[in-house]
Formats: sequence, C-alpha cells, structure tokens
Amino acid sequence: MKSQRLQRMAVTSASSLLAVFVALCICAVILLITGKDPIEAYRTLFGAAGDTKVLQGALNRATPLMISAAAVAIGFKMNLFNIGVEGQMRVALLATAVAGAAVDLPAPLHILFCLVVAMATGAIWAGFAGWLKVKRGVNEVISTIMLNFVALSLVAWAFDSFFRVESTTGSLLVKTKELPTSAWFPDIVDRRLNGMFFVAILVLVLFYVLVWKTKFGFQLRASGANAGASRVTGVNPKRMVMISMLLSGALAGLVGMRALLGDVHAYQNNLAEQQGFNGIAVALLGRNHPLGIFISALLFGYLGEASGRLQLIDIPKEITTIMTGIIVLAVVIINEAVKRWDDRRIQHKAALALNSVAVPA
Amino acid sequence: MTEHSHLGKQLAVELHGITKRFPGVIANHDVELIVRAGTIHAIVGENGAGKSTLMKTLYGMHQPDEGTITVNGSLVQFKTPTDAIAAGIGMVHQHFMLADNLTITENIILGDEPADSRGRINFKEARARIESLMTSLGATFDPDTNVSELGVGQRQRVEILKVLYRGAKILILDEPTAVLVPQEVDELFTTLKRLVAEGATVIFISHKLDEVLAYCDEITVIRQGTTVAHTTPSQVDRRSLAELMVGSDLPDPSGRETKVGEDIRLQVTGLNLAGNFAGAKLALEDINVAVHSGEIVGIAGVEGNGQFELCESILGLRSIMSGSISVCGQELSHIETRDRINMGLSYIPFDRHREGLLLDAPLWENTFLGREENAALTNGPFISRRKIEADCRSIIDRFGVLTPSEQVPAFALSGGNQQKLVVGREMASDPKVLLAAHPTRGVDVGAQAAIWDELRHARDNGLGVLLISADLEELIGLSDRILVMFDGRVTAQLDPATATPEMLGTYMTGEEQGDAR
Repeated sequence: MKSQRLQRMAVTSASSLLAVFVALCICAVILLITGKDPIEAYRTLFGAAGDTKVLQGALNRATPLMISAAAVAIGFKMNLFNIGVEGQMRVALLATAVAGAAVDLPAPLHILFCLVVAMATGAIWAGFAGWLKVKRGVNEVISTIMLNFVALSLVAWAFDSFFRVESTTGSLLVKTKELPTSAWFPDIVDRRLNGMFFVAILVLVLFYVLVWKTKFGFQLRASGANAGASRVTGVNPKRMVMISMLLSGALAGLVGMRALLGDVHAYQNNLAEQQGFNGIAVALLGRNHPLGIFISALLFGYLGEASGRLQLIDIPKEITTIMTGIIVLAVVIINEAVKRWDDRRIQHKAALALNSVAVPA
Repeated sequence: MTEHSHLGKQLAVELHGITKRFPGVIANHDVELIVRAGTIHAIVGENGAGKSTLMKTLYGMHQPDEGTITVNGSLVQFKTPTDAIAAGIGMVHQHFMLADNLTITENIILGDEPADSRGRINFKEARARIESLMTSLGATFDPDTNVSELGVGQRQRVEILKVLYRGAKILILDEPTAVLVPQEVDELFTTLKRLVAEGATVIFISHKLDEVLAYCDEITVIRQGTTVAHTTPSQVDRRSLAELMVGSDLPDPSGRETKVGEDIRLQVTGLNLAGNFAGAKLALEDINVAVHSGEIVGIAGVEGNGQFELCESILGLRSIMSGSISVCGQELSHIETRDRINMGLSYIPFDRHREGLLLDAPLWENTFLGREENAALTNGPFISRRKIEADCRSIIDRFGVLTPSEQVPAFALSGGNQQKLVVGREMASDPKVLLAAHPTRGVDVGAQAAIWDELRHARDNGLGVLLISADLEELIGLSDRILVMFDGRVTAQLDPATATPEMLGTYMTGEEQGDAR
C-alpha cells in the first residue's frame, strides 16, 4: 500500500519537472526570437555546474530561498497565502542589525540572539496580518501586500533617520553600524559556503516533522484542508490562523540572515532584496513539501548563480529571471491539470479495484 | 413485469437498448424505457442505480454508447441539452439553479430573453408569457418578487416555469421531493397533474415509494444500471416495489429488544441561543431535551428550524445565551469543544463534505480527524501513522467501507462509503452521546441498513443518540421518542409507535403544536 503514496509523489514530481521543461522550451523560443542560440545558451548555463565555485554560490543563494519557501509553505498548509515574507524579512533585518550591533555576547550566543530577534520581529510583523484576519476578517493576501509597502517605507525611513552610519572607507554605500565579529555566521568549506545553509536544512527538517509528524501539524493541515470539518472537532480555526501566521513570520525573519550575518554584517538598503518574494515561487515549484522546496531552491539558486556566465556569450542574464517567472506560471497551470487527471485516475482505480472484488451490496 | 399495452396513447419517449459505459463504473446497460404522452412516469431505483445517468442521456448531457432514443415518434440524437430542449424536453434539477438576487421573471427568461430589434429585453412580452404559464400551473406568486424571498416549494415552481417557458412538453424532474415536506409534495403533484392534463408528460425520478405509488401513472424500476421492471401502482404494493428496487430483502429500521436505560446521558435545559444578527429573534428558545442511555431521540423538522444550531450549541461551537448542557451529569456549557468531545460527545455532521471529511486526504487521516487526543493513536506529541492506519483498517472492516485500502483519498469513495467512514470514526471512540445529523442521507439502501444496524447495536450497548433526520421513516423506525422542532423551539413530542409521516409533516410546518413535554 506504500506504493500508492510513492505513485502520488511520482506524479507530483513529474508535474513539477514538466513545468520546468515547458519553461525551458518557452525560453528557448524567446532566445530564438531575439536572435540568440538557445542550445549554446543552455550549454553555457548548465555547463557551469562543473565549477565548484558556482555550486557553492548556488548553495548560498539557495539558503534564503529554502527558508522563505518554508515560510510561505507553512501558510499554504493552513490555506493562508502569506505574500508578506518580503516585508517581514525587511523589518527583521533592520531590527536584527540594530539589536545585534548594540549588544556584546560570546560568539554562539550572539548569533543565537540575532536569530531570535529576527524571528520575533518577523513574527510580530506577520502577526498584524493574522490579527487583522482573525479579528476583522481582512483577507491575508491584501493585508500582507499592504504591510509589505508599510514595512519597506518604515524600514527605509528608520534606517535613514536613525541608524545610518557614514562609510569610513569613502564608499558611497551607507550601512548601519557593523556587527561585532562574534555575530558573524561562519563560512565553512573553503570559506565559501556559509553555515546558514545548514540552518536552512534544519528549518526544512523541523518544518517536515512539525507539519507531517505531530498532532499540531495534523490539525494545521486538517484546518487548511477543510476548516469546517476541523472546527466541529474542536480545532479553533482562528487560533490556527494566528499560529500559522506567527510561525510563517518567524521563518520570514530568518530569510535575510545569511545576507546579514553571513555576508554583509550590517544593514544596507538592498540587502537580501526579493528573497521573500522568490520564496513564493520556490514553494509553488516545490509543492509546499520540504524535499520539493530543497530541490527547487537549489535549481533557482543555481540559475541565479550561473546566469552571470550568459553575459560572457552576450546573452542578457535576465533570461533566467524570465525563466523563473515562466516556471511559476507553468507550475500553477500544469499542477492543476495534472491534479485533475490524477484525481480521475485514482477514482477509476478505486472503482476498478472494487468491481473486481464485487461485493453485492 | 407486465406487457405494456398501448391504450391508444401516443408515446412521448422511447429508449431502446441504451448502454452508457464509464471506465470502471456501472452506468447503464440495455435500458428499455417507454413513456406514454400525458402521463406521470416514475423512474425508481436506489442511489447509484443509474437513474441520473439515464436522464442525462435523455437530456443530451452525454451520448449513449449504444441504443436509440425516440421522442414523439421520431428518432433523435442529442449532442447537447440545447438539442433536447429544442425537441421539447426540459429538466428540473435536484439542486435549484436560480439567481437569488434576480426576480422570478428575470430568472425565468435568463438566457432566453425576448428582445426587440435594438437588443433591449421586452419585459412586457416576457411577463405576459410567464403569467399565462403561471395560470396553467396554478401558481399565484408575483413574478416581480425576488427569488431570495421564496420558500423551497416556490423555488421549485420557478424551476418548472423555467423549463415550460422554453417550450418543454416533456419534463424530467430529478428527485424533486427530496427537499419538500409532505404538504409541499401534495402541492407539487397537484401542479404536475394540471400540467399533464394540459398535455405535458412528466418523467419523475424518485426513490420515495409512497409518493410514487400515490401519484404516478406508470413505474419503471432501475437496478444496477438496467431496467428490471415496468409496472403500474395498481399492480404493486410498497414492499414488492422496494424489493424490485433492491433485488433482495429490505432493511427495516424498526424493532428493538432492549430497554431504554434509567440514567440520563445528555441533558439540555432551558437553552436559549441568540439569532444571527442584533435584533433577530432567538435561534433557539427554551430547548429542553433529555437523552437516556440506550435511547434514540429523534428530532423532526424542516431544515433551518434550529436543528443545526442545537447541535452546534451542544458541541460548544456557538456561545449560548442561557441554559445548561450536560453529558452524564457533567456540566459542559463552559468548556471547550475539544474537551466536550473528549468527555464522550460525538457528532455525525449535517454535510459530510463540508464538515465531515478531508476529501483530498487519505482515509487514515480522515479517521484520525478529531481523535488527536486518543493516546492509542499517538506517541506523545507525535502521531503514530502505523497505529492510525491499523485503526482505520479496523473501522473499514467493521463498518463495511468498500475501498481498495486506507491509503486512497476520501474523494475516491462513493457517497455511501464516505458516510460509513464518518459514522465509523464517530463510533470508534465509544462515545457516551452521539449527535447524528442525517446519518444516512444520500447513501444507498445497503449502506443505510449497515448504518442503522450500527446505531441500533450501539444503542443496545447504552449509547444515547440524538437523531436529526429528514427521512421521516428513519425517524419513526429508529427513535424511541420524536421531538418536533419548529422556529427554534421544540413544539411537540410524539410516540413513534403511533406517529405517521403525515402527522409529523403537520407539526413540522407549524400548523399544529402539541405538548412538548
């Protein structure tokens, strides 16, 4: 009977792979239209996979994507669409940069302190949207989008008014006060791959255990799948909405930490930009499953890292951005079509299995 | 069963050798149906026997794989319902397809508006036609009323007007009485008789045998996808017709050997529940109900008279204004739903799709739903998939759920098997009190018998059941007492030994109110 589960997983993976393939084909057409050779482009793009430096860069890029996709996916599991990961991340980034620079702690504690601050601020920002939904019935899609704008403006204003420090090296880039080295998340492997990668893996593992293996996770999924049915079993849907928004926001707070603790070590305006939004695409392609998210994040990370190579053969690297967009569209369309087909297949199979053991009613 | 003599009347519809195959599913095979013009012709059969498939074939919603359709003497092939409508066939669906915010006139002409040369709707002409149709139907409502203000029976009349407006002479009615109380059923058939008198033909799909026998001219029985008998009400009685339908002996809801216990399992006293908005009248008013151990207390009532609110109040899903609710003597009214369930309260919800099942989830997750505190299925905060699956298999076995395994998603099961799964889950934790809302709604006769057996068995072991049902025979057959709810109050208590569906109907519509104690 395990085979049925494997079959469903195979169908799911196949539909995601199909979406990627379709996107590659469409991009090939776009390349042809612009007079470029798609085969050469793809050879360059995927040929870079042999380069360790590119691979390490891809893993670094995949790190925030995994976390932000998990933040989006935990909302999806509860039927909530948290589009506000970007804003939650941004609020958490500034808060952590400021709080982290203000304290002095031994290395592991300092990092831990920063992560906790990031998760707390992310959760608070997402909590506004949860509170609005629970108390006032405001759709979370609307409120999280609006809160993104609020977050961006608020953070930009606070940074500019209170926390900017003029660069000492004469660079035009303004940052906050630099974090003490005890808050730096260490690199590992050749001093290239940042350790936050393993935090991201841990997040995915915990996400899996929480959602699929615990009673709470079951209630979360049940509430998302059919709020009416879990309500009559005594699961308070409002409480579930609030909890999953807080969890989602806490993860969103972690998204920017690779860039902050592992790379720049201070807040600056474009830090970790778009990584909250890109998580939505990764979660969609990965079908909200930790394993799918892991693979999709690697793919997106790789495309981002290898896209630079395209410029060497005079192809704008933005083609990978187009590709990402098309993958997401294709995923949404193909998943729905495949689900319908698979549902019918399962129904027929069940009917056939019953006819063959024909029990007269 | 009998040779049909032609009696000099013209044939409105002839179906010969109709076969319709769907992969893996019995649909129709070798169906023979002859409907004389100017008659009410009943098509009876249990749920899933293939009645609806057959009617969809006749209405052009899909094409038969084999066989011929003849309408008014000429061979036809319907590609779409539009073809069927053009041939004078109209279908009144079981679920009304009306726009609430439009008037009766607007609903009727929707999609077939009489327009002048400049494309404007000629309401005058529409109104005139509708009024003449209404006269022939004997309907008395104002065609400018909003549909939202109409009752169920009136909405159905609007649906009938809709198909008449499109020129239908042959009307197919798909289980039209499922939503009606007995008095409304009478009115419906008065309407249908008038139509027939004016030359229309009615094909009437039902599994309610009493009304078929009382009102229809001829009967065709469908069983397992094919027509097995063609008869008339004078040639059969209720029992023989039911046996034709099922093909074997019938389940019987009545009969018990054990006695109702002394101790009170569920006690509701002086329960008041506020209406849905400020200033609305009470949704529940001074409800007093006691269910003893080993007792089934039936609640009869037209839907929307407070049964749903009563269940939700007992479960703690709504906060009550005043009153007390207790299970086995323990006061519940101030504790959470989850704790009430853990204290032995169980609930078969009104609508299994909306409140009973996770359709996309496998069966084992469905039987686990609401039982997360059951220590036998969990390891501390973690779920034990192995134990849950084993538990699910035992529910499947005990309740005879037909499924290839516990891994298939719930949507792959037939309605009857889904319901058996829900009933099995709610009985699996050995509850003290079961709130059973329409436990056999929309399930076939076999599943109905199985569910009734389980309810009786659990009752004999001391379970107290509050049974809410629209199936009056089920209520009369299973209950030890029947309470009638009307307008948020309990208006009568009846003894099932002496109650009849007609009596219940009188109380349900509020025409009469008896002693509620």
